Amino acid sequence: MTSAPMSAGPASDGRSLREMIDLDRGTISRDIFVSPDLFRDELEKLFTRAWLFVGHESQIPNPGDFFVSRMGSESVILCRDQAGTVHVFLNSCRHRGMKVCRYEQGNTSLFVCPYHSWSYTTDGRLQGVPLFRVLYDGTLNRDEWSLIEVAKLARYKGTVWASWDPDAPEFLSYLGDAVDHLDEVLDCRDGRPGGSEVIGLHKWILPANWKFAAENFLGDTYHNPSHRSVDMIGIGPSAQRGAKGRRDNEYEGGQHVWVSFPAGHGVHSILSRPDPQYGGSYQHYPEVDAYFRHCFEARKRRLGIERARLLPFTGNIFPNASYHGRQPRGICVWHPHGPGETEAWRFFLVDADAPAAVKDVLRRFYMRYSGPAGMTEQDDMENWLYATAASQGPIARRHPFNYQQSMGAYRTNDPLPGDVSTQMTEQNARNYYRVYRAYLEGAPWQALLGRPSVDAAAE
Amino acid sequence: MTDTIEPPRARGSAWWTLTQEIADFLYREADLLDERKFRDWLDLLAEDIVYFMPIRRNVKFGQHAERENTRQGEGISWFDEDKWTLGKRVEQILTGVHYAEEPLSRTAHLVSNIRLLDVRPDPDHAAEVEVGCRFLIRQNRVEYETTTFVGRRRDRLRRVGDDWRITRREILLEQNILLAKNLSIFF
Repeated sequence: MTSAPMSAGPASDGRSLREMIDLDRGTISRDIFVSPDLFRDELEKLFTRAWLFVGHESQIPNPGDFFVSRMGSESVILCRDQAGTVHVFLNSCRHRGMKVCRYEQGNTSLFVCPYHSWSYTTDGRLQGVPLFRVLYDGTLNRDEWSLIEVAKLARYKGTVWASWDPDAPEFLSYLGDAVDHLDEVLDCRDGRPGGSEVIGLHKWILPANWKFAAENFLGDTYHNPSHRSVDMIGIGPSAQRGAKGRRDNEYEGGQHVWVSFPAGHGVHSILSRPDPQYGGSYQHYPEVDAYFRHCFEARKRRLGIERARLLPFTGNIFPNASYHGRQPRGICVWHPHGPGETEAWRFFLVDADAPAAVKDVLRRFYMRYSGPAGMTEQDDMENWLYATAASQGPIARRHPFNYQQSMGAYRTNDPLPGDVSTQMTEQNARNYYRVYRAYLEGAPWQALLGRPSVDAAAE
Repeated sequence: MTDTIEPPRARGSAWWTLTQEIADFLYREADLLDERKFRDWLDLLAEDIVYFMPIRRNVKFGQHAERENTRQGEGISWFDEDKWTLGKRVEQILTGVHYAEEPLSRTAHLVSNIRLLDVRPDPDHAAEVEVGCRFLIRQNRVEYETTTFVGRRRDRLRRVGDDWRITRREILLEQNILLAKNLSIFF
């Protein structure tokens, strides 16, 4: 890691980030979940640099299509210009800042600001300035007043990611070996690369710090008891056939692995047994069961047995793009609103070429499982709300959270790339907050990516 | 959710009697929910009920009919459910460990603007009615959590003996981004 903190946002009592995030002891101050100062630091130093999930190309298939998204606390426009190039712009007029687009999704040839009618083409260029000749000729150079565009944009298997930092590494370098796990979310169920589509979107406000949500997906398997009610009654795709639990047991006999990566990503995946067998799922829907059986076998043939053993459960791409890999399947982005408020967006994914009957069963399962109306995730929201609320007080903030679960119980690059634990662990969270701390300290990219050479030189 | 608005004088007394009967049914239903008699509430739902709450989107003028609301039967909505799922939701609350409803919310379901939109075959022999209303639901949880849900509902009721069963409920919540952490109550 880099040396001394450069300008760490202090806690209310002046503690440094190193004291607040004490990885040797395995404790993390509650301040990072409630402090307005640290929240401002997150917006300034973290969300302006890290690669952030913006959207999916299936949302903007045609020239002129746009989808309004968010990066950090700010509104952005994901847009395919008339020539087919994908852009991400800050949704704010260069003149007085009014949002140039207040529709969620659509098709346009121009973004016209409602305030003074400056207008921009879909490639971001300032086109129309009312009374230009009279008021601005010779002064305003239109070429310099395009919509503000992200410094880096990456399209990966249908997903679109962006960073405001021109020095950010390429997206695949940023992902590192976490890419193998993300692939299992984005690839077709039969192993063909990519091919997913977004079938819908949930957006809601939750009164909790955004990091509670990210941590939940990062590999916090320990919170399973909070979902006891759905496990008792059974809401999975085979529940009508008497199966308990909130999803099918697709991972039976597999080795659960919790893997953390130097750039802050963390995943919980499963290594199926050496000879992976389709275990049966969607028992209430023979056509869907047959489809997934077919996909399972086709995937084994396509990827080879060894690669096909890896199945995704949940994960979080640093800092705030979480995923569910199979049941349900989607990407959830935790947009920060304030230390105690988060705007959650969940993108639901299916294989674009799956049969209609399969998509229908999936969407129904997604709805009853996920988000604020979902029977499983309602209970998550309850936890995050009250964890945030009960961490506000001065006495509470004197006492850090415990992150000591399975300290040191991991192996590096065995049997998969990354730091791998075969028991439930908070190693993914400890690693996440190590990287989080580095962003707030203003560390250089080599350190943010956790490159060993830099680490060694600094220590 | 639009319907033709006819002048009231065109309606006979059977129409107004039926309106009162349906209003009373909807008030009774609200009582069951607010009194947390969830199993009794389920009994008011037909076995083939469609319970649907779309997601409302911000769209350009002129596109509302086409694009404002997500559609029943496709994609993702807040609810697009059948009786089995609604039964599961009740069962979940009754486990006592569904923490989003444990401890239970206090709710007040206010139903108003009740209008019959269609009666089949006719008001004297009503076998099926379409009824529109507004709802205002005040939810209070634990200590400080208070949420207000306001919107419109369109229900289809089927006569069963002396009573009615709900066969279709479309709930239009007047929000875009959901301004509540959960939809853990019934509408």
